[in-house]
Amino acid sequence: MNQALLDKIESEQFRKDPTDFGVGDTVRVHTKVVEGDKERIQIFSGVVIGRRGHGLNETFTVRRISYGEGVERVFPLHSPRVDKIEVERKGHVRRAKLTYLRKRLGKGATLVKEKESRATVETAK
Amino acid sequence: MPLGLLGKKLGHTRVYDAKGVVTAVTVVLAGPNRVLQCKTTESDGYNAVQLGFDEQKEHRLTKPLLGHLKKFNGAPVKRIREFRNFSQAVKPGDTVGATLFAPGDFVDAIGITKGRGFEGVVKRHRFAGGDSTHGAKGWHRRSGAIGQRLFPGTVMRGMRMPGHMGQVRRTTQNLQVIQVREAENLLLIKGSIPGAEGDYVIIRESKKRPKGWKPPESKVLAGRKADAAKKK
Repeated sequence: MNQALLDKIESEQFRKDPTDFGVGDTVRVHTKVVEGDKERIQIFSGVVIGRRGHGLNETFTVRRISYGEGVERVFPLHSPRVDKIEVERKGHVRRAKLTYLRKRLGKGATLVKEKESRATVETAK
Repeated sequence: MPLGLLGKKLGHTRVYDAKGVVTAVTVVLAGPNRVLQCKTTESDGYNAVQLGFDEQKEHRLTKPLLGHLKKFNGAPVKRIREFRNFSQAVKPGDTVGATLFAPGDFVDAIGITKGRGFEGVVKRHRFAGGDSTHGAKGWHRRSGAIGQRLFPGTVMRGMRMPGHMGQVRRTTQNLQVIQVREAENLLLIKGSIPGAEGDYVIIRESKKRPKGWKPPESKVLAGRKADAAKKK
C-alpha cells in the first residue's frame, strides 16, 4: 500500500504529453530558460544516446556536435522545464547506449541509420 | 504553542515545483490521529493533548489501556502520545491529520534510527582508520592509541570506541513541509528523517522555526542593496 501511495505521488507528476522516442532518434528538446524575469524556449537538438532510470527519475542524454565540439546534455524526462520533445527522425540502432558515437568524428558522429518502417521493408522485398 | 502528530514513515521520492526545481522528500503518513484525552492545568496539573494513531486489534491491548481508551470513546490504537500545550483547540473524539501543517511550515521529525548493531570506530565515530595500501597489514579500521603513558595511566572517560550503534531516538530539526495531501493524510517533508520505512515518527512544529518564522534578513544583501541605491 505504501508503494502504491508513492507511485501515485510520482505518477501525478509525469508528463501529460508523453513523446514516444528511443535511443538513436534525433530529437529537438524545447527547454524553458529563465532570463531575468522573462521566460523563453531554447531548443537543443541532437541524437538520443541513452535513457536511464524509470518512473519520475528517468533521464535521457542528447548529444550533438556544436561548432566542432561534441556537447551532451542530460534532461530529466518529466521535468516541467522540458517543454516539449520533438522527434525529427527515428534511428535504427542495435545498442541501448550509443557511447561509441563519442569516439567518432565528422559525419559518422551524428549519423544514425534511419529506421525503416515495416511497410517500406516489405515493399522492397 | 507546539503542534504535533504521530505518523509513519512511508518512503522517499522527489517532487517538482512549478519552476521545475526538484526536491527530495520523505513521505509521512500523518494521521488520522484521534484525540483521546485533553489534560488541563486544573484537573491534571498541566496542559496536554493525548493523540492515538494506527488501528490495533482489541485483544492485543491490556485491559487498563482499553479502559482508558473506552473512557474517551476511542477505538483501539497502537501508539499514544501526549503533546504539551497543543495550540489548536480540540476535544476528545476529534481526529487531526496532515492539515495541521501547511506547505512552507518548518517541522521537527523524531524517530528511532535504524539499528546498526555492534560497529567499529570507522563507521560509528567517523575515524579515518589506516591506509589500505602502502604496506599496511592488518591495520585498516583500527582506532589507534587510546591513552598516554604512565601518567595519567588510565583511559579517559568517554573515549570513543566500538560498540552498539543506532536504534536511538533522534530528532531532525527544521525540515520544511513541501506538500500537504489532505485526501491521503500525507505530509511530504524535505530531506530525510530518522528511522526505517514503516517506522513510527513524531512530526512536531519546529522548536526553532515555529509558525510565522521568517529567515533573518541578510546584512550582506541589505548592504548590497544600499550600495546599488547609492550608485543610482
